[in-house]
Amino acid sequence: MKNMALHIMDIAQNSIRAKASEVIVAINVDEHNHTTTVEIEDNGEGMDAIFLKKVIDPYTTSRTTRKVGLGIPLLKMNSDITGGSFTIESQPNKGTKVQAIFYNNHLDCIPLGDISGVIMLLIGANPQINFNYKFEKNDVAFNLDTREIKETIEDIPINNPEVLHFIKEMIQENMEKINSY
Amino acid sequence: MSKVKSLADLRKIKENIKSKMDLREKSDNIETVIQVKVAMATCGIASGAKEVMEYFITELHKRRINAVVTQTGCMGYCYAEPTIELSMPGELPVVYGDVTFKKADEIMEKHIVRGELTDGIIPVNYLTVD
Repeated sequence: MKNMALHIMDIAQNSIRAKASEVIVAINVDEHNHTTTVEIEDNGEGMDAIFLKKVIDPYTTSRTTRKVGLGIPLLKMNSDITGGSFTIESQPNKGTKVQAIFYNNHLDCIPLGDISGVIMLLIGANPQINFNYKFEKNDVAFNLDTREIKETIEDIPINNPEVLHFIKEMIQENMEKINSY
Repeated sequence: MSKVKSLADLRKIKENIKSKMDLREKSDNIETVIQVKVAMATCGIASGAKEVMEYFITELHKRRINAVVTQTGCMGYCYAEPTIELSMPGELPVVYGDVTFKKADEIMEKHIVRGELTDGIIPVNYLTVD
């Protein structure tokens, strides 16, 4: 994957397949410690301890259309090469939490990428799932909850193209504001 | 500093969006909805499926075509990513492989607008995988 946004898109697909109704995506940039932490948490089916151990193995997948699953191993590799870390916690019927820490001053660290586009597409393609997106940089935070948006727009579907366009711009502008501090 | 959008701004444009929505619902029947599913697994994302999906959302909206763009998992055609599954109303779905921007444009112009099949269809009997 070329950037963290695409990894988020990829890992979130696991949450969607695990029938999650709630997905939390959190990015935390800490310029003092030079870390970027990416977290994806869901309330889906989860995995048992045995499957959880195997999940970083590329030859493990829950799907049936092919025999390899590279999403998690690729994210682990990209965080590992910056000297960072990767953890995954899961409990059956409770959910899964994936956390990747990147050292953003490392030469091989991938860029953040088009986060606003990815969040917008996730919301648009899965209107029934509640997404909560948090972006935090040096303790200044922005939070977007699709529940709040659904309340605001009432009977307009959240996957209406104009609403999606608005969501994308809202994320983009808020992130630019935080980045400008 | 320029203004940053908030939920209050969304509330302001709500009525505007709603009025356009009503117009569309009157001009189109619910059964005429076109479905575009973009394969969005690791293989698809790595090949640029995100850009293709964004293209379809904005382009269909620009052309005022009533369509739903969603994601699907890997259909097993990792070698031909990005792939899309296109369901025209009343027809069986077809899968297009190697959907670059240029290809997406061609599919839009020929298949979605004019209803003609174009090159790049993965030729198998195919039923939707959920």
